Amino acid sequence: MNTATTHRAIEAVWRIESARLIATLARMVRDVGLAEELAQDALVAALEQWPESGVPRNAGAWLTAIAKRRAIDNWRRQENLQKKYAMLAHDLEQAPDEPDPDAAIDDDLLRLIFISCHPVLAKPARVAMTLRLLCGLSTDEIARAFLVPTATIAQRIVRAKRTLSAANVPFEVPSRSEFPERLGSVLEAVYLVFNEGYSATTGDDWMRPALCQEALRLGRILAELVPKESEVHGLVALMELQASRIGARTTAVGLPILLLDQDRARWDHLQIQRGLAALSRSTSLGALGPYALQAAIAACHASARIPDETDWGQIAALYEALSQLAPSPVVELNRAVAVSMAFGPAAGLDIVDELVAGGTLANYHLLPSVRGDFLAKLGRHAEARVEFERAASLTRNARERTLLLERAVELG
Amino acid sequence: MKYMLLITSDAASEAGVPPSRELIAAMGGYNDELIKAGVFLGAEGLRASSSGARVAFHGDEHEIIDGPFTETKELIAGFWIIQASSKEEAVAWAERVPIGSGTIEVRRVVDPSDFDRDDEHVQREVAWRTENEPGFAS
Repeated sequence: MNTATTHRAIEAVWRIESARLIATLARMVRDVGLAEELAQDALVAALEQWPESGVPRNAGAWLTAIAKRRAIDNWRRQENLQKKYAMLAHDLEQAPDEPDPDAAIDDDLLRLIFISCHPVLAKPARVAMTLRLLCGLSTDEIARAFLVPTATIAQRIVRAKRTLSAANVPFEVPSRSEFPERLGSVLEAVYLVFNEGYSATTGDDWMRPALCQEALRLGRILAELVPKESEVHGLVALMELQASRIGARTTAVGLPILLLDQDRARWDHLQIQRGLAALSRSTSLGALGPYALQAAIAACHASARIPDETDWGQIAALYEALSQLAPSPVVELNRAVAVSMAFGPAAGLDIVDELVAGGTLANYHLLPSVRGDFLAKLGRHAEARVEFERAASLTRNARERTLLLERAVELG
Repeated sequence: MKYMLLITSDAASEAGVPPSRELIAAMGGYNDELIKAGVFLGAEGLRASSSGARVAFHGDEHEIIDGPFTETKELIAGFWIIQASSKEEAVAWAERVPIGSGTIEVRRVVDPSDFDRDDEHVQREVAWRTENEPGFAS
């Protein structure tokens, strides 16, 4: 094996092992930042030694052994040695040897997930920590995925570690009372990663779409770690179902294709099945939360063989449920579209008019665009034209502006 | 990216000998590892080639050849489909398959975006699939 090949092999091992390695170390040293540095040290050692020695058969154990040795060296160097030993001795008494080492690593991984997505961290910091600590991406890869300079991400991670350290966040699975909020914070970070990838367009660096895969992988890991949480399965279902359309949602030159115009044969049907399975697990665990409801909406589309078979009545009902759980003007706007498809443009227009009166989406181009569409269908052409022109003046996307102005002109 | 890990037959699997309890446990452990890592997308094992057949094409003619087939080392005994971010990562997973001897072949699964969607034949296939694909919606 030449050096470049070995380096790629090492990167691959790193992607598989790093989260569990960091998680194990974090339990030992009680400091996520230090754990990550120790894991990095082990990676450096691998990069130095494996091109000569070859990749060891049990690469994960090799990395863990090296990192643990570094951890011990690190303690020896510390001045407050006695204190640290006393603390560790105490911890060891509290937690005798785990009978099942695999279960212990699972717990550590779950703790690491919770700490990387801790609410003391701002959302961009949570996302960066998630990709770095849980997905094993390098700072450079994260920067490429987010189209920002590497230094920005590096600094974000350094600050995040400092924040966690300053806040003295324990390396623990949150207590029952905190659990829902903390889990919500984790799911939010995972979905942010997914959406960053999903919003990528053709021509963007390949790292961006890869974020969808990273988020899915994390979601599936989480579903194994906390299998009784309905919303975890709901989020996995939502991501699987949305990702199933990736191959169909842009033209060869990267222009977006709207859901109803997509070629459904290009949807990934294996992925749709996994999404539907995750949704049914979510449903079996209790009432649907916001992620599961969105997944259920996506499932209505996934289950329609052709657009005309879409169950818009069901979609409108799901949006209704969603707007009660997580009220938002954007959800209302989507509900208006579903209602118009199920019950006609006049019913949709009522909802949109309430939104207009509320004034919250005043600068959002899709509001006049949707309203214009309803008005046009109702034969109120002059009003519709005004709305399309207004939408065109609000959008920042040149192509969308052209389309909206074309619709305005068609209405005479 | 999706990769398929293909496992080849051996004399025992071709003879229809059921796998040992140890092997079943080891394979179960391996599958668990894939699932826990969030990369498992699917897997199937195949019965001995004696329960299968081949259809061989020769121009306008074709013939049906019943199993078993003799070239054991080239026969597929099962497969996994996993998600991996690189060939190296897929290879790293293949290296962990708990077998003492034999081969795991690592192949990347074709992605919808690999096709030129303006190609006439692709469009025709797409139209056919839209009309006919069973289980299109589960």
